[in-house]
Amino acid sequence: MRDVAIVGANMIKFGRYPDKDLVQLASEAAIGALKDAGITMNEVQMVVSGNLYQANAMVGQRIMKEIGATGVPVVNVANACATGSTAFREAYLAVASGAYDIALAIGSEQMGKMGLLTGFGDRDPSYSSEGVMGTGLMPGVFGQTGVEHMRKYGTTAEQFAKIAVKNHKHSVHNPYAQYQVETPLEDVINARVIAWPNTLYMCCPTGDGAAAAVLMSAEKARQYTKQPVWVAASVLTSDPWTQRNPIMFDVNTLTRNAAEEAYEKAGIGPEDLSMVELHDCFATAELVHYENLMLCGEGEAGRLIDEGETYVGGRIPVNASGGLLSKGHPLGATGVANIVEVAWHLRGQAGGRQVEGAKVGLAHVIGLGSACTIHILKK
Amino acid sequence: MTQEQVATEKKIKPLVPFLKIPDKYPDEPAYLWGSKCKSCGTVYLGSRIACAKCASTGPFEEVRLSDEGEIYVFSVVHQTVPGLEAPYVAAIIDLAEGVAVRANVYGLDPLNPSPQWFGKKVKMYTEKIRVDREGNDVIAAKFKVVDGK
Repeated sequence: MRDVAIVGANMIKFGRYPDKDLVQLASEAAIGALKDAGITMNEVQMVVSGNLYQANAMVGQRIMKEIGATGVPVVNVANACATGSTAFREAYLAVASGAYDIALAIGSEQMGKMGLLTGFGDRDPSYSSEGVMGTGLMPGVFGQTGVEHMRKYGTTAEQFAKIAVKNHKHSVHNPYAQYQVETPLEDVINARVIAWPNTLYMCCPTGDGAAAAVLMSAEKARQYTKQPVWVAASVLTSDPWTQRNPIMFDVNTLTRNAAEEAYEKAGIGPEDLSMVELHDCFATAELVHYENLMLCGEGEAGRLIDEGETYVGGRIPVNASGGLLSKGHPLGATGVANIVEVAWHLRGQAGGRQVEGAKVGLAHVIGLGSACTIHILKK
Repeated sequence: MTQEQVATEKKIKPLVPFLKIPDKYPDEPAYLWGSKCKSCGTVYLGSRIACAKCASTGPFEEVRLSDEGEIYVFSVVHQTVPGLEAPYVAAIIDLAEGVAVRANVYGLDPLNPSPQWFGKKVKMYTEKIRVDREGNDVIAAKFKVVDGK
């Protein structure tokens, strides 16, 4: 496999854009990434588009018709919340394999005020087991994930709340975040409960967003930029069999497997990381991933947040962007946006939230069901 | 019985395929059932095409699952889909056969979630919860705390 670099990286501010359509949002992000790379669609040899809610509607080709219908191959991918990062990985593989020298990955989603993710499709709703035989709603599922950590290690509801305090504090410096509002601990704890132990401020908002990245072979990258961001590892896992999965979704095992593989491929350990952008769809998720990504030992995640080690300025800053909790989580856009954020830090372009001297960063995403991607990027 | 009578006869249907409702229900109680992989012993809810753990394509042995289990973990869902009463305790119940099931648990105060709920003994019961589009009664499995444990 060849070395691959990110040469263009861009995202639009996440939020709600009722007056724009999906293709406009995605095109804006894509054009920004192309300009950042110093190229146009004429140089792009293949495109991967990630989108979930319009997965049957040729989003990639529709974007091409807006920004440059050059006739190159386009692949549309869907992989739950890991849709965007899977699109990025497909573009990475296309260049790493030697098949193409320049690829464009786009992630986009328009969710508006979708609220809780539900829907029974064509099924008779009389047969929905929600609220009768437990829950399949995301806040409850990730509530259980956190409660499992409580059971194992005595983690407290307050420790989970502190994750939200941190991420919302970081968001104040991120103009691309859907919400840039600090939430002190008492506000987080006293907010209405969505699914215990997650309160309102411990759940990511739905919304609209798009992000894009231009990937190039080493030779091309050196031609177009003085600041290539190298993809040191690109890993995708699905969940292996574990005892209770999928009755109880297991977000831990496949993340651990992905982390081990990524660190080994990159020849980089968790101690070498300057920063992490991880999948904090709920505050409970972030805490368990501290251990899954080996940022601390087993059972130490509560201490990590208590001691403030994951703040910008701490030992290992996590979600300097404000995370999904503040930035928002337009499903198909999220995975690319996490990578864009890390790339910006490695280039020193992250403004007020910049992790000083960032050299190596990790971007982690989980699509429940499940798909886990980990990308390790380095200067 | 004429064909017309068969077509219009009201049936009792389980909410989920792994809840078995005997012909003589409710005189004979409904129960949860699963499939046990004869190669590796893993138990699943309902039927199986192959084993997710060892990839064996069977045969599988049909097993009746315990009515009693214990709470592994839970959440308390406050915000939910329209038409449902909330908050409710949404738990993962471990059954003795080594398989877990999602369940609402009753007999606990949803406004005071507590680590003391871990490992609590619970017992299954069934209840008619809805009538479907075709007029059939839909029966669900719910769990309640076993007193004093």
